[in-house]
Amino acid sequence: MSDMEETEGHPGPAAPHRVIGTPPPSPRLLGSTTLAEGGDGEAAEAEGGMHLHGLPQDDPRVIVHANRVEKIVAACFIFAFIAGCGFIAAYIGLGVHTVDKTLRSNLALGTSLGLALAALGLGALLWVRHLMPDVEIVEERHELRSDPKERLAFEEEFKEGAAQSQFVKRPLVRRTLMLGMLPLLAAPIVLLRDLGPLPGTSLRYTVWSPGRRLLVAGTNQPLTPAEFSAPGSMITIVPEGFTDDADALTKAAVILIKFRPGELDIPTMTQGGTLIGTMNWTVDNIVAYSKICTHVGCPVALYEENTHHILCPCHQSTFNAATGATVIFGPAPRPLPQLPMTVDAEGYLVARSDFTQPVGPSFWERG
Amino acid sequence: MSWINARRRRPVAGYAALLLGLVVVALLYGSLTRQGGTAQASAPPASQQDITAGKELFEANCATCHGFGAVGNPGLAPSLIGAGAAAVYFQMSTGRMPAKEVGAENERKPVTFTEQQIYEIADYVASLGGGPAIPTAEQVSTEGANTALGSQLFNANCAQCHGFAGAGGALTYGKDAPPLTESTPTQIYTAMLTGPEAMPVFSDGVLSPQAKRDIIAYITQTRVEPNPGGFSLGRIGPVTEGLVIWFGGLGFLVLIAMWITAKRRDPRPTGTE
Repeated sequence: MSDMEETEGHPGPAAPHRVIGTPPPSPRLLGSTTLAEGGDGEAAEAEGGMHLHGLPQDDPRVIVHANRVEKIVAACFIFAFIAGCGFIAAYIGLGVHTVDKTLRSNLALGTSLGLALAALGLGALLWVRHLMPDVEIVEERHELRSDPKERLAFEEEFKEGAAQSQFVKRPLVRRTLMLGMLPLLAAPIVLLRDLGPLPGTSLRYTVWSPGRRLLVAGTNQPLTPAEFSAPGSMITIVPEGFTDDADALTKAAVILIKFRPGELDIPTMTQGGTLIGTMNWTVDNIVAYSKICTHVGCPVALYEENTHHILCPCHQSTFNAATGATVIFGPAPRPLPQLPMTVDAEGYLVARSDFTQPVGPSFWERG
Repeated sequence: MSWINARRRRPVAGYAALLLGLVVVALLYGSLTRQGGTAQASAPPASQQDITAGKELFEANCATCHGFGAVGNPGLAPSLIGAGAAAVYFQMSTGRMPAKEVGAENERKPVTFTEQQIYEIADYVASLGGGPAIPTAEQVSTEGANTALGSQLFNANCAQCHGFAGAGGALTYGKDAPPLTESTPTQIYTAMLTGPEAMPVFSDGVLSPQAKRDIIAYITQTRVEPNPGGFSLGRIGPVTEGLVIWFGGLGFLVLIAMWITAKRRDPRPTGTE
């Protein structure tokens, strides 16, 4: 029990508050004569050899302890050798040309290499902690500045070399050398060209156009309102003609949702004079929204049919599908764009036009 | 207690406490992510059922919440008129109904009714106002199904909630999308057909019966696929991997770092020994 504890008024055998891994206060160093743990603890510590620090190197206990640690360290290194051989054996012996074989090979390679490295590390640690002397060493840094004599010698040497190279005397060589290096210096800047081309207006438009049919993603079949009549239905839609065009689908993917009569109520929304949401773009209580989240562009399609929430899995932006996909929670800055929709002469759902606003995350020039 | 008191001041005690904490977290996590419930045998072929028997069972077990004649009970239980036999089959064969309590989500639990009784109640509910029927064994067979197309359809319409391997996932306000690891083909089929709870409906007009069989084939085949990365960690994806790294990996590294840098006790005056 330390003095500090007693003055703070915590009698009894309470453990002193200390950070795990730091040394406990030594009773004897603090001058107390009370031994809280009794003699058996002391004996165990000396025997366990954890606290032999400070004893002279030729102390018999230190020598016994060191000899024992030496064997443990050697055992670690031998184990590392065996595991390392196991790694090589597994690499040569186990094939990788089927999934099952690859699984076995990965497991064997990872386990053997991991054990080998761990054993090497453990051995080195025990070596450092228990065999090497635990003495702090101070190493003085020399002054960074060289002494005047050396500086003068370097200057002379440099001037002599410059004169001998005739770099100053022969401007033709000097200038052509600089010319030759110029393209290489410019190359890193020219390589930045691969960051382009500039997107231009492509972020503002998708491939949806008047009369383009809405197809079910995967089966690529067109849909009539009658086929999509079960209330609570939801399906992922791709534009006809671009069903396998990943570049186009990145912006053009759409989710289609069917509501019960009276549940869907999209107020007429405008932005900068442009209509961006209205009931007139729905067909028979079916509405189409962009599947690309307006936050950072994740595919947003966790549709909860009983709450009409559309949830984005990336950052939990939540949209209310019943009111024009307005944001009710999360970091998304604006509603999911609504795709204007109607039916064509054959009764299939088609786009009335492209989205009237850019889909996906906001960008600098979006305005 | 004296045993603990005698030992808790030792340097090892801190490590032991930390290790104990890590083990407790790991066990808790393991118990929370274990998928409970029991598997259910697939549906026998439907036969002519006694609607009267179903009505009796319904009035004894379901009418408390759903009302006599299944007219529903606003704020408590929906009307089942028009819900169809498929909805009854899904809810009862997965043990979700009868519900024990009103919560965000009815979880899968052991079934207390026989297949026969479930079919009788389903027939009774179907007799009240139609709705989707329970598919037969042939209708849910994955024989000759296009698993690749099923994978496309699953990824476009199901994976966002149920996860790419059908391990389930969280939704808003305590709801969750259940794992599909124990669902029978008939249960998957009826779930798509009826859209239980928060799940949207995928009617035959949108996803044809063949497309549904393709999706079922994908779900059931994915279960037996090996995990090329080694341990599956529940196949949930980055979340479990992150948890394991944070609590297991980093915790272990912190322990090791503390052990490496721990100072030994200050020099002991030799005269006191």
